[in-house]
Amino acid sequence: MARVVVDVMLKPEILDPQGQAVAGALPRLGVSGVSSVRIGKRIEIEFAGEADLDAARQIADKLLANPVIEDFTVRVEEPAGASA
Amino acid sequence: MSTVVGVVTFPGSLDDRDAVRAVARAGATPVRLWHADSSLHGVDAVVLPGGFSYGDYLRCGAIARFSAVMTTIADAARGGLPVLGICNGFQILCEAHLLPGALTRNQHLHFRNRDQLLRIGSVASAWTNAFAPDQEIVIPVKNGEGRYVADERTLDALEAEDRVIARYVGNPNGSLRDIAGIRNEAGNVVGLMPHPEHAVEELTGPSLDGLGFFVSLLKHLAGAGVGAAR
Repeated sequence: MARVVVDVMLKPEILDPQGQAVAGALPRLGVSGVSSVRIGKRIEIEFAGEADLDAARQIADKLLANPVIEDFTVRVEEPAGASA
Repeated sequence: MSTVVGVVTFPGSLDDRDAVRAVARAGATPVRLWHADSSLHGVDAVVLPGGFSYGDYLRCGAIARFSAVMTTIADAARGGLPVLGICNGFQILCEAHLLPGALTRNQHLHFRNRDQLLRIGSVASAWTNAFAPDQEIVIPVKNGEGRYVADERTLDALEAEDRVIARYVGNPNGSLRDIAGIRNEAGNVVGLMPHPEHAVEELTGPSLDGLGFFVSLLKHLAGAGVGAAR
């Protein structure tokens, strides 16, 4: 099993009203000093065998992200403790 | 022979029955199309109705775009088949790259549901040729993710090529340049966020203005359409 993580974010120039609403709520938590909040999606794809980054990129480009308004990054997630 | 208009039902479509009714009120013969059936059954035009196809999961229209029927419709649209996408249908047309831009969360985050004043723009389309340029109409709008966005270059091109078919008078959702609907270059594909199919009967609608879109199609198919393909 191998996990690929796709992060999808609205492009910087696209308005994110959800992020703005969250930023607007922060003073109510007593948090100050936050200048911006932007909200994206994290998608975890499990491959049965080896991680197929090319396939993951294709999935991200064709389905997970809309390139008109969103950017994405694709990376293999190493299992916890694998480097130990 | 009567004009036959297909209305697609996706899982989560809401306004397919109203669209069928609007087609019939305009004098055409409606045919129901199913998302999992790739055949268009010989229809002369297609309406993609409003609703929440596939639960609006991921992004509105993102999954519907890959349905069997949409693959066929995309090919046929490139060949000149008239296609009208209303609300969720507009979102699907953008996701399918048949129209430029995207529909995003309303600027104020509220769902908007009201009778909406629009000003008609381009009448050089299969779905708007029965209107007069700058004609004002009132049809319902109801969306949570109806804010039209595109980059400046695309917006400039849409305006330069007379491809904005309707603008909001009193923008309900923050759509860039008040855009409520657009057409493709050929004029056969139109996407519109407000709902003409809800304004075809005095009993239930704010006006009969919605009929104009469906009457336009009949004119277009009868050869009276202006500047459109096919």
